[in-house]
Amino acid sequence: MENSELNFYNTDGRYKGIFSWILSTDHKRIGLLYLTAMFSFFLVAVTLGLLMRLELIAPGETIMTAPVYNAVFTVHGVIMIFLFIIPGIPAGLGNFFLPLQIGAQDVAFPRINLMSWWFYMSGAMVILISLFTGGGAPDTGWTFYVPYSLKTGTNVTLAVFGVFLLGISSTMTGINFVTTIHRLRAPGMKWFRMPLFSWALYATGWVQILATPVLGLTLLLLILERLFNIGLFDPSRGGDPLLFEHLFWIYSHPAVYIMILPAMGVVSEIIPVFARRTIFGYKMIAFSSIAIAFVGYLVWGHHMFTSGMSDISRIVFSFLTFIVAVPSGIKVFNWVSSMYKGSIDLKSPLLFTVAFIFLFSIGGITGLVNGALATNIHVHGTYFIVAHFHYTMFGGTAFAFFAALHYWFPKMFGRMYRERLAKTACIFLFIGFNVLYFPMFILGWEGMPRRYYDYLPEFQSLQVISTIGSWILVAGIVIMFYNLIRSVFRGEKAGNNPWGGSTLEWTTSSPPPAENFEEVPVVTGGPYRFR
Amino acid sequence: MFANFLNQIYKVDDIFFLIVGISVVILAFITIAMIFFLIKFNRKKNPVAKDIEGNLLLEIIWIVVPTILVIIMFYYGWAGFRAMRNPPEDAMPVKVTARMWSWSFTYENGLKSNELNVPLNKPVKLIITSEDVLHSLFIPVFRVKEDAVPGMETYLWFLPDSLGKYDLFCTEYCGTGHHAMISKVNVMSPEEFYQWYEKKGEAEDIKAKDALILMEENGCLGCHTTDGAVEVGPSFKGLFGHVTVVITNGKERVVTVDEEYLKKSMLEPDADVVKGFDAIMPSQKDVLTDDEIQTIIDYIKDLND
Repeated sequence: MENSELNFYNTDGRYKGIFSWILSTDHKRIGLLYLTAMFSFFLVAVTLGLLMRLELIAPGETIMTAPVYNAVFTVHGVIMIFLFIIPGIPAGLGNFFLPLQIGAQDVAFPRINLMSWWFYMSGAMVILISLFTGGGAPDTGWTFYVPYSLKTGTNVTLAVFGVFLLGISSTMTGINFVTTIHRLRAPGMKWFRMPLFSWALYATGWVQILATPVLGLTLLLLILERLFNIGLFDPSRGGDPLLFEHLFWIYSHPAVYIMILPAMGVVSEIIPVFARRTIFGYKMIAFSSIAIAFVGYLVWGHHMFTSGMSDISRIVFSFLTFIVAVPSGIKVFNWVSSMYKGSIDLKSPLLFTVAFIFLFSIGGITGLVNGALATNIHVHGTYFIVAHFHYTMFGGTAFAFFAALHYWFPKMFGRMYRERLAKTACIFLFIGFNVLYFPMFILGWEGMPRRYYDYLPEFQSLQVISTIGSWILVAGIVIMFYNLIRSVFRGEKAGNNPWGGSTLEWTTSSPPPAENFEEVPVVTGGPYRFR
Repeated sequence: MFANFLNQIYKVDDIFFLIVGISVVILAFITIAMIFFLIKFNRKKNPVAKDIEGNLLLEIIWIVVPTILVIIMFYYGWAGFRAMRNPPEDAMPVKVTARMWSWSFTYENGLKSNELNVPLNKPVKLIITSEDVLHSLFIPVFRVKEDAVPGMETYLWFLPDSLGKYDLFCTEYCGTGHHAMISKVNVMSPEEFYQWYEKKGEAEDIKAKDALILMEENGCLGCHTTDGAVEVGPSFKGLFGHVTVVITNGKERVVTVDEEYLKKSMLEPDADVVKGFDAIMPSQKDVLTDDEIQTIIDYIKDLND
């Protein structure tokens, strides 16, 4: 990493050693802090997922008991959702690249940015502590549905408090990014000259600001209910369990757009660079991010089609759910069209992106099956749903995250990974992913309920295939991390702009200097101009 | 009668294949276009790219066409759903009570069972509630599902149109025994059904039920064993006369298990919770009669010998 010239790694600032990182207000260092923490948690949750798949290789007890399994799937979900995929691209790569892309020195509130990271780490630590104290790891599922979450003796209160702290972190990051985009764009960078990744972060920021406080309050109410039996949610005290479901999903559905919008932004960056041409329908992609953020706020009820909610609400929510599919579809068509008449170099970031488009499309269109009322009733709460959200969240967001890591790696570290190894990892991930999750669509349609520790013998063959898929997938993850981590230290020097990118982050040196740019860049045109 | 309500099974399947069919066409289109572009416009073959900023007509097409398609899908989903929410007038009502981790079905004549027995070709309306936490009643073969919510009644209906035994699952996570909260739907010939329905109902009014059947039907054995093994709750074996530590209003105290204690544990399970266990048992108030409670207590007493 040690370039002879000055960069943000060898410019320590006020503190030395470890403190130069954990007390740094440099957005690039904070971005790397997030990435390090997130991928560590990601590997923990992957391990838990692997253990779940191993347990499910045969009916009956294989390697763990039912209460352990229930805690394992809960913790897998909580870590993946709240510690990895929600902060994911925005807090990690967004922190690093948003100021670079819009030609700013830092985010608008650098100290709040550092505080957000500390809230993130505190929340994570509280969650980790909750696993080993009190009644042990929570066993409610990541949704914390009442009344079960009120009755269980496991350590729900502490875990929920951890998630509350994470919510504060996410909200503050949203406020920070929205302000940064409004106030700190370089001279000449009009709204429609902004890179689409920044547009996606802008839409995401608003969802974080408007939705996350609802989750925070809901979780506080849950804690109060557990501690003082106030009777908001518990029907035996006159409360309403459906109220909790509504409040929970008012945040948690928009949260899936917090997860996917930045991923869509990444894809919109990568395709033009590797196709050497401008993106097809720039404004349409930018507006569709805003449309998704807006309509996505109004569709939470589709998680509750069998909940006992009134029929008329079910119909309205179903309709809105179908409407939100349209802007996502527009993006996919625009991405594919952006390859038309390009000069395409299928490097690993683009390979991950192509895998993303395929997997995310499957996730999206199976969402239509879930959105239609009649079919939802059948697949609700089954493996079909598990397959659907892994296709969107893992096949979608995580593949785009990997694409982004490979795309921006040379900028972050000034070095290059091994290209062939990166492609090998991508192919393993792609094959493993499909072998792991596709059988779950069939299992779900055949009636296999989710969150089952045990299953009827007729489901076994597909369960076995799925477990084998998990091994292939993990091989891909191991190869990918080996390649990236090795290359941080021993990769070849990459140069400032190895891909020939045209957005501002590629105009500065790799790794960038502490102040990002030698002099403030002046923008004279749109983001994707290669000639 | 109404040909269109009779088989929501086929209806759900038709809608599923309609949506999947349209989706597969779109997916194939996207994938093939993408692969074709990757090959055709590869940098080696096509070193100079052409900038195309957009095409208004194309973009309008792929806003309008998908919008129409999703509205069609919405409509069919809704139409199928409407049929599912309107049970025929002559549907046989059965009350369903869910609890951790068993199902109880109560028929119009007061008869209770653990498995759902229904006559062939007679629409069945299930009126569902829960005693403790959220559950969800799912019969895959009839494509129906609805949550069981404590303090609230929900419903679904279906037409059992072929003889046989079918799985009935709980699909809302409800704790340790969630995966075992499975029952059966037995679709019988009308003769067989009414024989069971009338005869068993009669028999039960007269003589008290065997304790084991009672405990099985009311879900006790889902958590408490009779062989000394500790599962979700303490085992019944050796329980009577045992000195145990319970938590009452947050304070520990020592009690000896006697008849009064056992009765209170069934009617107010949250009052004294045995240390080391969770307060998750539903109250049996209005579920078990005094005679039934006595039958169970006598059985637990006998287990000590």
